[in-house]
Amino acid sequence: MPPVRFVNVTKRFGKVLAVDRISLEVSDGEYLCVLGPTGSGKTTLLKLMAGLLLPEEGSIYIDEKPANHIGAQDRNAVYVPQRYALFPHLTVLQNVAFGPLARGKPVSDALEIASKTLELVRLSSRAQALPNELSGGMQQRVALARGLASGARLLLLDEPLSAIDARLRLDLRHKIRDIVRQSGLTAIHVTHDQDEAMSVGDEILILKNGRIQDSGPPRRVYRKPASIFVTNLFGGASFFEGIVDNTVGETALVSARGLVIQAPSRMLTLTSPVVLAVRKERVRLSFNQPPEMDNVFKGEIRNIRFLGSSNEYVIRLSNGDSIASRNFAESESEFKVGDEVLVSFREGDVMVFEYPPQGLSKELEIA
Amino acid sequence: MEQVLSGAKPHVNPTSTLTRLLLCLERASAKPTTIKSVYAVGVSFFLLIVIIPSIAGIVAQMFSLPSLVLNAVTLNGMERAVSWSFIIGLTVSSLDIVAGVPLAWLIVRRRGHWATILDSLADIPFIVPTVALGFSILQFWSSPDGIAQLFGSKSIVPPGVVLIMLLHFAFSYPVIVRVMVGEFLNYRETYEVAARTLGASSFTAVRTVTLPILRPGLLAAFLLALARSLSETGATIVVAGSFENGTVFISNARNLGLTSAVVVASLILILSSLVVFSAIKLVAPRIRVAPLRVWPNFERKLSRSPTVAIRNITSVTIFLVFVLLPCLFIALPAIMAVASGTASEAILGAGPWKAFWSSMLLSYTIAVLVTIVNIVSGLPLAILVARNRFGTRITKLVDALVDLPIIVPSLALGVSLSFFWGRIGSLPEFWVIVLAHTTITYSYFVRTMTASIQEVQPELEDAAKTLGALPFRIFRKITLPLTKYALLSGAILVFTRSVDETGATSAVSKTLKTAPILLVNWIKGTVSVTPTERALGVGFLVATSFLALVVLRLIAIRQPSRKVG
Repeated sequence: MPPVRFVNVTKRFGKVLAVDRISLEVSDGEYLCVLGPTGSGKTTLLKLMAGLLLPEEGSIYIDEKPANHIGAQDRNAVYVPQRYALFPHLTVLQNVAFGPLARGKPVSDALEIASKTLELVRLSSRAQALPNELSGGMQQRVALARGLASGARLLLLDEPLSAIDARLRLDLRHKIRDIVRQSGLTAIHVTHDQDEAMSVGDEILILKNGRIQDSGPPRRVYRKPASIFVTNLFGGASFFEGIVDNTVGETALVSARGLVIQAPSRMLTLTSPVVLAVRKERVRLSFNQPPEMDNVFKGEIRNIRFLGSSNEYVIRLSNGDSIASRNFAESESEFKVGDEVLVSFREGDVMVFEYPPQGLSKELEIA
Repeated sequence: MEQVLSGAKPHVNPTSTLTRLLLCLERASAKPTTIKSVYAVGVSFFLLIVIIPSIAGIVAQMFSLPSLVLNAVTLNGMERAVSWSFIIGLTVSSLDIVAGVPLAWLIVRRRGHWATILDSLADIPFIVPTVALGFSILQFWSSPDGIAQLFGSKSIVPPGVVLIMLLHFAFSYPVIVRVMVGEFLNYRETYEVAARTLGASSFTAVRTVTLPILRPGLLAAFLLALARSLSETGATIVVAGSFENGTVFISNARNLGLTSAVVVASLILILSSLVVFSAIKLVAPRIRVAPLRVWPNFERKLSRSPTVAIRNITSVTIFLVFVLLPCLFIALPAIMAVASGTASEAILGAGPWKAFWSSMLLSYTIAVLVTIVNIVSGLPLAILVARNRFGTRITKLVDALVDLPIIVPSLALGVSLSFFWGRIGSLPEFWVIVLAHTTITYSYFVRTMTASIQEVQPELEDAAKTLGALPFRIFRKITLPLTKYALLSGAILVFTRSVDETGATSAVSKTLKTAPILLVNWIKGTVSVTPTERALGVGFLVATSFLALVVLRLIAIRQPSRKVG
């Protein structure tokens, strides 16, 4: 039984469509990441699930029961806001006990549930501290424990890691995920960080302007993105505008400002304008002709960024377009700025999209 | 340094005197000595004009008495009267919180025209002169012409302790509403949201989360109401009958010429108030809220819309019946006066009205001056306290002393002020009144501003500093715009308090008559006027003050600077 189901749900704020005819279904025990730029409707979606906002159109079902008019306190869905909203006047233990108390449990039972949950997030030693005495990471775990202890089946996390140091963030996102899994909850995790979404989500849902752009398991969404916007959201792709010149079997020949790029031909018609994309980790650099590569072009290295385990290069191709490449840093392949190199990638690694009606640059804008 | 100076120089029109003055002030503010002397002036003003005059008179009188002669009966009466002051004050302030908080909540969360009107109406008890207020409440509850008419009886509440409570309830009520409206506006609703998704009904969320978080605001409101109740004299005498609380005791003793009793009772009342205040301030923040039992079904019922509607109707009714109507009752015949032609006579300045209009002019001139003096002298002190510039301990002491003028009973304050300014000698009476009013109203402005400046992040000022702005410019362009709403509320409190002040003014003035003093003479029958004229006089004062408040509000709304949570 899906804990949450949306059918054509719409929410407006004045004239702004925050959520636009969204239909979705979250399965039991799933960890769903909602990814999108600022203003894409992520938080609104979460608040609609929590019952903090009511939809103008469409239906929301919680555990298959119509829930449009069920108030936030009766949904069994805990909303954890960005800065956690831990009650500053209550200790950690009292904060965690708040949910069971609010649902009418006797004080002793509520405190027992709270201590057990604090053990789960390994914060028993700080039970008597006040929230402002804890680090950001600890506060985050208390917020999580407070949600878990309330007995909710659905956990709604709004940018749960945005207030935490970069290093700790990597650690914590997996901790959150493990705790949620151990407790058998369903979680919706809103974020604007694509790495976070990919590494913790069972499923990813991508929003833009209140509409779903793509959804599915992280690997699928990354490898076969539904649109230019989604491709660009994950970063690291180079885009080329071109026109289909010829198709030979499975291969299309696309002419892009003087270069001819081989791409998969899927349903392409001749002379139709297209956009091609290649992710940087699929682009190889070499001084000599590489074996078994479908697309090989000459270029000049314009920029190098050292990232520790790898190097990122920006190469200017002979037609003036730029392409990005990412190679593992190896001593024998030291390239310098200004080097003439060969850039190569396989036909199968080229993603092909219809030319967007409003132009490529409009599509690449991330608000 | 020269570069920094020129970097901060605004684009000025060299012909404008104002901009040239501002530039001059800005340049001057670059010197640490200038800033130090501004603060020094602020602190000296606080000590010399506010603190010392408030108590010097009483203390000096104590030492000038040949001996403190008090017999057992007087002592006994004094003890009882002072105890009653605290019983009345604590009861009334608690009731005010219970009745005022739901109204403040309604005003903030409804955000409609009705809410704005309610918000403005809640200020009315501030602007009715206190003695007129006492008389109005006496008429409303005790006279056969009052509410008793409805029930066909002679009197509903006779003068005495219950009537005092009704009076104090009415004039403390707006303090609670004013403070709590500000608190609710600044409150982050996410706490409530979090509580609701954890399964709490809205009533439970407010009871267990919102109100405990807003405890400092509630405490401040409670203490202001308590101070007002402990110190009020003028109106209390009118409704007390034969009953004595602390201030009535002092007043009666003074009329009987018992100087020792006046001095001792005043000192005891001031000291015990200070002790009670400090105790409440110390203890209240330390009480930790234990996990609270919740009754989900019952509290859920309280959160449903019929119950909420009943609650809203009840709080508005309490406000109308126990606060607004009793306060305005004395001015009601004014409506008839407009029809009968008394009003046109009044406007033309015939008969007693010539004196009335000149006293109105005097009152408003004084109020404007007092407001300006308060802003100029209070701001440096508010900054010093808010930014802890004295170090923690001295700041705490200064912070406690700021409350002194509102704790001291207004009659004792008047006695002290007249003694102090009488000794100082040849200052013109007009300026003595201005200074006395400044002392009385000082706390209201500094209190409001301190709280507001504390909410401005020091990082903003630091950022402006690194951008090359000089101190005066930072204050003018950063701190002031962010605290403008508080500055206006502070100014409103000061202005209204100055216009309606009676007790202390009558103690320091000899020949000049401010509007409230003139009205006291009308009410007491020292000058013979008809009840219609009396009503019209009070009505004019209330109406003009109300108009001034509305104008100030409009200015505040036009350029909102309120923090958005």
